[in-house]
Amino acid sequence: METSFALTGKGYLIMAADTTSARSIVKMKVDEDKIKTLSPHLLMAYSGEPGDTIQFAEYVERNIRLYQIRNLYALRPAAAASWIRRAVAESLRSRKPYSVNLLLGGYDTATDDPHLYWVDYLGTMAEVPFAAHGYGSYFALSLLDRYHDPDATLEEGLATLKRCIDEVSKRLVVSPGAYKIKVVDKDGVREVEL
Amino acid sequence: MARRYDSRTTIFSPEGRLYQIEYAMEAISHAGTVLGVLAKDGVVLAAEKKVTGKLLDLSSAKMEACSLVPDQRVPFRNVIGGVAGLTADANSLVNYARTAAQRHLLSYNEDIPVELLAQRMCDMKQGYTQFGGLRPFGVSLLYAGYDPHYKFQLYHSDPSGNYSGWKATCIGANNGTAQSLLKQEYKDDIEVKDAIGLVLRTMSKTMDSTTLGSEKLEFAVLTLDPATHQPKAKIYRPAEIDALLVSEGLTKKDEDAEMKTA
Repeated sequence: METSFALTGKGYLIMAADTTSARSIVKMKVDEDKIKTLSPHLLMAYSGEPGDTIQFAEYVERNIRLYQIRNLYALRPAAAASWIRRAVAESLRSRKPYSVNLLLGGYDTATDDPHLYWVDYLGTMAEVPFAAHGYGSYFALSLLDRYHDPDATLEEGLATLKRCIDEVSKRLVVSPGAYKIKVVDKDGVREVEL
Repeated sequence: MARRYDSRTTIFSPEGRLYQIEYAMEAISHAGTVLGVLAKDGVVLAAEKKVTGKLLDLSSAKMEACSLVPDQRVPFRNVIGGVAGLTADANSLVNYARTAAQRHLLSYNEDIPVELLAQRMCDMKQGYTQFGGLRPFGVSLLYAGYDPHYKFQLYHSDPSGNYSGWKATCIGANNGTAQSLLKQEYKDDIEVKDAIGLVLRTMSKTMDSTTLGSEKLEFAVLTLDPATHQPKAKIYRPAEIDALLVSEGLTKKDEDAEMKTA
């Protein structure tokens, strides 16, 4: 079942999301990218009701892009997260709310530090050093609590992520097969392999 | 018939001019001077206060007086503004600026970037040159602000809806004189403590009166708070302005003798 993780480190942020697209008990697709690059230094992992997720993610993506075109610079992670949280909260109070959970991770080029925001479908937002959504979070959060180090190097951060992924594979009945992992740092966004 | 193209803000004259906008700018060039200098570590604003009479009670309206008076306001935490022109129009614009800043805060949970605030204001001012209304705003503004994107900034906007960024500029009466003085004296790596001197000196040369004192001058500095690294606006009290003038050696002539060199 859907799982996403993210953790910060010294000057970077790692985000990982499984790549399965399921309907009922059937895997329909195993290479779905559920992490959108919203701006040169901002990532968003989305999960939840299929359909809602893509619709909402594209809405957010286009609006963040519009701000960037209008103002010639991107929103900072904190500002983008606040705007996105509000979009979720306003949707929640509409006739047909989006049912989406988000992880927002970015690198603030103005202050040179990574930021991570955990957002759920109720419009709850928290800035956190590490975060997870989905069934995987029940296994990963305790591991992250034990092994997360805000000053860890990228290699150490990826090792911690690997622990989480391995634990989920080992213990979760409906564990996802593959993950897409993205890193954002001062140089922008890139995809990495474990 | 000569005034055919004067009466509406939105009609071009045959030479392609919008007379009402030009008249509005003319009104501003008679208003009290406002001067801004962008320094490496802050922005300095000074404004001439036109006091209409000794009997005017300044306690209720420290920052404002009658028709043509510039003043300095705080639209928001990270921006201070100086206005030249019709004070009543300025009040309405400052109110709009504060609303725009708060709207940005509500949406993005961050202080509005300075240029964006200037854009918001100019969007409205431009509307009066195209869609009309009774008359445009007779106000020019200086925005001295800070945001993490471009650090300290100084912008100017006028009734036509144009805005521009400056290292040092001046609006209101004698703005040409002041600008040529600033052009001569401005250094690219100027610091706030030198900018304060530059602003006061330029102000004293530009203003019509021979003496410079807190009754005729408003003064504000935007810097970064060393403790919090957040922008902090300091609007000087009258006593502080007088103390500053003394330390810069710009007080009344008769005090020259007893004054120490700064």
